[in-house]
Formats: sequence, C-alpha cells, structure tokens
Amino acid sequence: MRLLPSGSSALLVELDGLDDVLALYAALAAAPPEGVLDIVPAARTVLLVVDPGRTTLAEVADTVRRTSPRADARSTGEVIELPVHYDGADLAECAELLGTDPDGLVRRHADAEWTVAFCGFAPGFGYLTQSGGSWDVPRRPTPRTKVPPGSVALAGEFSGVYPRESPGGWQLIGRTDVAVFDLDREPAALLRPGVRVRFVPA
Amino acid sequence: MTRLLTVLAPGPLTTVQDLGRPGQAALGIGRSGVCDRSSAALANRLVGNPPDAALLEVTFGGLVLRAEDDVLLATAGARCAGPFPHAAPAPLRRGQELRLGVPATGLRTYVAVRGGIAVPPVLGSRSTDVLAGLGPDVVAAGHQLPVGEPTAPPPTLDVAPVADPPGDDVTVPVLPGPRADWFGEAGWAALATRPWTVTSESNRVGLRLDGEPLQRVREGELPSEGMVRGALQVPPSGLPVLFLADHPVTGGYPVIGYVVDADVDRCAQLRPGQPLRFRASSRLDAGAPSR
Repeated sequence: MRLLPSGSSALLVELDGLDDVLALYAALAAAPPEGVLDIVPAARTVLLVVDPGRTTLAEVADTVRRTSPRADARSTGEVIELPVHYDGADLAECAELLGTDPDGLVRRHADAEWTVAFCGFAPGFGYLTQSGGSWDVPRRPTPRTKVPPGSVALAGEFSGVYPRESPGGWQLIGRTDVAVFDLDREPAALLRPGVRVRFVPA
Repeated sequence: MTRLLTVLAPGPLTTVQDLGRPGQAALGIGRSGVCDRSSAALANRLVGNPPDAALLEVTFGGLVLRAEDDVLLATAGARCAGPFPHAAPAPLRRGQELRLGVPATGLRTYVAVRGGIAVPPVLGSRSTDVLAGLGPDVVAAGHQLPVGEPTAPPPTLDVAPVADPPGDDVTVPVLPGPRADWFGEAGWAALATRPWTVTSESNRVGLRLDGEPLQRVREGELPSEGMVRGALQVPPSGLPVLFLADHPVTGGYPVIGYVVDADVDRCAQLRPGQPLRFRASSRLDAGAPSR
C-alpha cells in the first residue's frame, strides 16, 4: 500500500490490483473514517476525500494504515440478477476476438459471477470484474457516438451496462431492460461497488 | 403560496447551485456545487440563508430576473455593472427587475434570495452538474424559479467589505499531486515557474490552461483514479487542466499537482485570457501526506 498526496483535502491509496481495491474499499465503506466525505475506488487506487474542518489527512492516513482489508469482499456483496437479451451489435465479432462463437460467449458471460469493482465514466456506470477471469477485450477502434441505454458491453477485463444513452467504445453484446440508474428509485444506482451481478439470458 | 422569480434572460450561463452531492462519488456521481464556495457562502449569509441554500451561479453577468413577489436578494463574487447593490442585501419588490451587466473583473456572480431557490433536489442536491447532466435544467428565459421559506433568522450584515476578484495575474499555491513523479523535478519546477493563461474552452468542469507544454519523464498508461477539485491533470498535450466543481469522478491522465482547496475559489473567478501562476508550496520530495 502506498499513500500518495492529493492536495489539501484528499489522499490517494495505491494498491497492487483490483482485488486489493475491493478488499480495502469494503472495509473502509463499512466503517468510514470520521470526517471522510467520499471514498472512491478505482482500478488500482482508493481516494479518500476529507472535510478538513473535521479531520486531518494525517489522521485519515493512520486510519487507513490500521484498516484490515476484507479479503472476502467478492463473496459478501448483495447479489442482483440482470436479464439480458444477448443480441448486441458486436456479439459475433467479440466472440471471434475471444476465440469462441456467440453461444460460447453468452455462456461464459452468463456463467461468470461478476462484482462491481468501481464506478465512473457516468453516474451509475459500474466496472464489473469476474474473480479469476482474465478477459482482455479490445475496445472498438472507433467509439460509437450513441450507445443505447441498457447496453451490456465488454472492454478489457470489464463488463458494464450503459445507464443511459451516451458515447462509448465498448463492445456491445446485449441489452437489459432493467434501469441500472433511476433517479426515482432508492438507491438510484443498482451497480454499487461490491455488488455481485449475475447476467441471465432473457 | 410559493413566491416566484421569472427569468427574463439567463446571460451566457446561469445555473442553480448549492454545496453539491458529496458522498456519492463511489457511484460515479460527482460532487458538483458552486465553483466559488466562499463567494456563494457570502451571498447566502447576506440574506440570512444557511450555507447549503441553493442560489444562482451567473457566468459573466447578463442575468435578468423579475420578482413576482417581494424578495430579498444579495450578490457576491464578480461585481456586475448595474444599479443593484453588490455584496449587500437589497429588496426586489413585486414587478421589479434585477439586471446584471457584465462584470469588470471576475467571472462568476452568486445571486442569493432569502429562502433559497426551491427547485426539487436531485440525489440530495439542487446543483446542476453540466458534465454528468444531473440536477436542475440550466436556467433559461421563461423559467419560473420557486423561492423557499426562510429557515434562519433575518440577516444581520448590511454590507460585506470584500475585495473584487483581481483582473490581472493571479498566483496560487500548488502542492505535489499523486503523479508528480511522472514529470520529474524539471516538470514540477516548470509548472511553478512558467506563466499559464486561462483559455476560452474553460467551464465548470475545469480551467484549460495554455502555455509551454509540460514534458513527461516516463511513458505508460495510467489506470483511471479518483480526484477532487483543484487537481491539475495533464493530458497528452502537456497542457494542464485545473479541475473545478463538475470535474469527472475519476480520470486517466496523471495529476501533477493540486491547488490548495481554499484557493480553488479564486481560480473559479478567472476568465479566458487571464494569466495564472503557480507557486510550489513544498518541494516535490516533501509531498508525503503526513503533514
């Protein structure tokens, strides 16, 4: 674990990889340190945003160093099921890239247990990873200007669901009718860090 | 009955803002909120509002409002030309208009109304996040803005002696960021000694700076990581972007430094063409977060 400076009101914790991020985030989110406004996991890091009126960066750094990561973070989160119509525009091409056929890709995607590692890109957009899985799906050479909402997609080691229409360069393999981000629902975001996801062919 | 303000003209950009949506960044939802927190806090205090009351953030003047009911207003931040007093609470009677001209210096003017702007909150905040497309619509001509009921005692200040935002060079202290080492000692020194100019591509997301590009001393891709306002992110162009209120929650370019949080407010008042300088407030090797 490396603690890196991020100005007068934040601290960036750098870790070895996604599993370490999930484990530290799970521990910190379960018992947020006093005076911490936001805990932001990402691919290799966890950012802690502090309210300088309530705590100091040194105190938060001490708390982080004393925190025991939760190694079971991948197996304790809430499980949600997302029904998917596997008819994405890139399904066949993407299957070929992974050395299989569309049925094979659908099976692999639906059989895997995915965990939201972190969010970003847009409100409610979760980066889902599979334990032990090591896909490496290239992005589209030219990003689409409009990806329809609900699109289920792959890029790198991640799967994701577009919360709303937006530009995007991920490979589209299907779509879900479930709104993963809905301002009229509590919570608005379904795909929160630590949540486990099973994709079910619809 | 709800009191109303009618927008007759919004100027180049007027948005409703409050202190934003802290605590939701892990869901990909940025904080947003007012760009210049100290000016917004002053405007709210002048009309006896709590600090988290929603107000209007007016960019480069031009806002015209008509009061449909008697209200108490105060402006703070950039001082706009016009007859309405600045940094002092004043009534706007039913049928009267507030007309903000162009500010001589500074960029963002905060217009607080006693009781606050009472548009419905979205995810706990009335802030418009222009990057994420969350919150109230950008203020447009014809909008009727509801005014809330006062929740705090009447104001006790009648005028606030605050300096106007400067129109010339601004120098702010900068601390090393998490990826300062991607630019080496020479890059850190260059950031702090070279003059930068705010460009016209700047907005609530960030100030885009022009100048002599910074050179990386190492190659490679950076996995996206979280950041807060004040971050100086350096894209491949070598020209830093100083993130303001609507910055993305995470970013994939190295952050060389951070403007001290309290000084970000001053940066939010910089207008295109204005010079900005950074002063290194610690040595690069003293950047460990153990202060």
